[in-house]
Amino acid sequence: MTKKQKKMLTRIILTTVMLIAWNFVPVEGFPRLGLYLIAYLVIGYDILRKAGQGILNGRMFDENFLMAVATIGAFALAVYDRSGDYNEAIAVMLFYQIGELFQSYAVGKSRKNISALMDIRPDYANIEKDGKLEQVDPDEVAIGTVIVVQPGEKVPIDGIVRQGESTLNTSALTGESLPRDVKEGDEIISGCINMTGVLRIETTKEFGESTVSKILELVENSSSRKSRSEAFISKFARVYTPAVCYSALALAFLPPLVRLAFLGMAPQWEDWIYRALTFLVISCPCALVISIPLSFFAGIGGASREGILVKGSNYLETLSEARYVVFDKTGTLTKGVFEVSAVHHNDMDQAKLLEYAALAECASSHPISKSLQRAYGKDIDRSRVTDIEEIGGQGIMAKVDGISVAAGNDKLMKRLGMAYIDCHSVGTIIHMAVDGHYAGHIVISDVVKPHAKEAMEALKKAGVKKTVMLTGDAKRVAQQVASELGIDEVHSELLPGDKVEQVEKLLAAKPEKEKLAFVGDGINDAPVLSRADIGIAMGAMGSDAAIEAADVVLMDDDPMQIAKAIRISRKCIGIVYQNIVFALVIKFGCLALGALGVANMWFAIFADVGVMVIAVLNAIRALNVHKL
Amino acid sequence: MKKTYKIEVDCANCANLMETETKKTAGVKDATVNFMTQKMIVEFEDGQDAAAVMKNVLKACKKVEPDCEIEL
Repeated sequence: MTKKQKKMLTRIILTTVMLIAWNFVPVEGFPRLGLYLIAYLVIGYDILRKAGQGILNGRMFDENFLMAVATIGAFALAVYDRSGDYNEAIAVMLFYQIGELFQSYAVGKSRKNISALMDIRPDYANIEKDGKLEQVDPDEVAIGTVIVVQPGEKVPIDGIVRQGESTLNTSALTGESLPRDVKEGDEIISGCINMTGVLRIETTKEFGESTVSKILELVENSSSRKSRSEAFISKFARVYTPAVCYSALALAFLPPLVRLAFLGMAPQWEDWIYRALTFLVISCPCALVISIPLSFFAGIGGASREGILVKGSNYLETLSEARYVVFDKTGTLTKGVFEVSAVHHNDMDQAKLLEYAALAECASSHPISKSLQRAYGKDIDRSRVTDIEEIGGQGIMAKVDGISVAAGNDKLMKRLGMAYIDCHSVGTIIHMAVDGHYAGHIVISDVVKPHAKEAMEALKKAGVKKTVMLTGDAKRVAQQVASELGIDEVHSELLPGDKVEQVEKLLAAKPEKEKLAFVGDGINDAPVLSRADIGIAMGAMGSDAAIEAADVVLMDDDPMQIAKAIRISRKCIGIVYQNIVFALVIKFGCLALGALGVANMWFAIFADVGVMVIAVLNAIRALNVHKL
Repeated sequence: MKKTYKIEVDCANCANLMETETKKTAGVKDATVNFMTQKMIVEFEDGQDAAAVMKNVLKACKKVEPDCEIEL
């Protein structure tokens, strides 16, 4: 508890004791009123002060004002009736304060819990000085410093392992507890926990630019982007409170006047004023205003524990409405690790052909080029290659040892006017032309990710209407992957620009309410990620580009996470709607009962505090998403 | 220029009010109050002195919520 909360607790206890005691003190008239006023001021002085300040500052209608008017009104009625029953006014104030205390305690507590879950911030970095380890602030470590990470410690800064071998626990980043092995020369990212051996790491980034800082920044700023539900609630609260105040005023004066003037009955002023005061007590909009942001915060917190980073409440909301999911093929549904599986129709030696291919593609970082280089298996001497020309979506032309080499798809062969032999096996076909003659083709195939098929089924189960795959790859490969995974629509042989066009077509064709999500690996599909209603980047561990471009970042590259993200968002939005509906129905129900004179002030305050407590507890449920 | 300030505020509605008031303060381009992380992110207009603007922001916020604090 904070100091403020402790002080409030003392005031609550003090007032309760006084309230009970005064009922046994046999005094009447003014001394009695005086005693009760003391109890009232102890519990309510801050509310009265705030209400007064509100009026002075021209902000009449807030909850303090409501409570002040209601309780002072109740006091005034008791004095007017000469009943001497002041319990009600004090009790209302007392329960209101208990409710407020509970709210601030519960919210503060869950806020702390959620923040603690997401807190992967390393507190220090170890630097070796004169044979001794010294702890320093990670912020002060310059790039290129060698830091030491002992078993059980967090890796504070991104870097490269210079010495040592160990197993890393990446669960804080990915939500998955599968350990990862690192050895000398491996890249290592901050936020992982070193489990077994001592590592010496040469830092490659400053702390502020390291993965862990990027993620923290992202999560901390996430609830600043407000969702439509939140915007609705703050707008609602602005209209609602004044509306309730005027209704209460009308309730106090109109019915008695009507009774007096038109019906010839007794006006029953006290009765109607009491109803109006009850009305004011019920009306406080706290339950709504507090529980909606808390639900989103808990949802985002729960998701980030599962390795799903959502950049804002608005994205969580959009994600829950996703009905179309568009995938990039390579690196998203397939591993993006290509392997040379065959070489066909070659006149020259297979190894020689691979050598030409690898050399021609030496400047490219495309996964296909990488796989050619791997298949070649030897170090590449770049000085042998000249005049490299990359033709987007077709292939590469270059001179190797002065001999012209073209490596690419059938489009490139057509462009060169080369007769080529089509291949019957499924995979990416690299046709080779060496020294102006067709020299055969290399078949490269990609491997589908292990959970990709289940992921598609899980998406369908989560309510996704249509899955679409976009790829720059050949039609045959695309179709084979699509039918294997059960994808509804395929667009193949697309250039990067075509992907944006395809997504735009899909966006135009779908109804406004159904959202389109694009899933990519975030490396070369940034334009598509930002064009879609919601962009999801996969396998983002260590890739800043992906973290920047996407709205939702999956730290892992398991496609099952997409369906999980959607389920989490659904649950969170479900809770938000439950709270909105629940709070509004109860509020309006109680308002009606209050106006009819069925509900008294005790009932009103219980309704108010009760709805708030239930809404807060319900909101915290959004945090619990592990089993979804 | 964007700056983040730590704040102390007890209720979510008050945080909303603080946000509205901050946005209205002269020299502030945009502002978000994050009740959950108890932070206020203020984007200042070009050429404004952040410290001077924040004084007015604090004054405006105190008006709507006397209990709030902004760590300047």
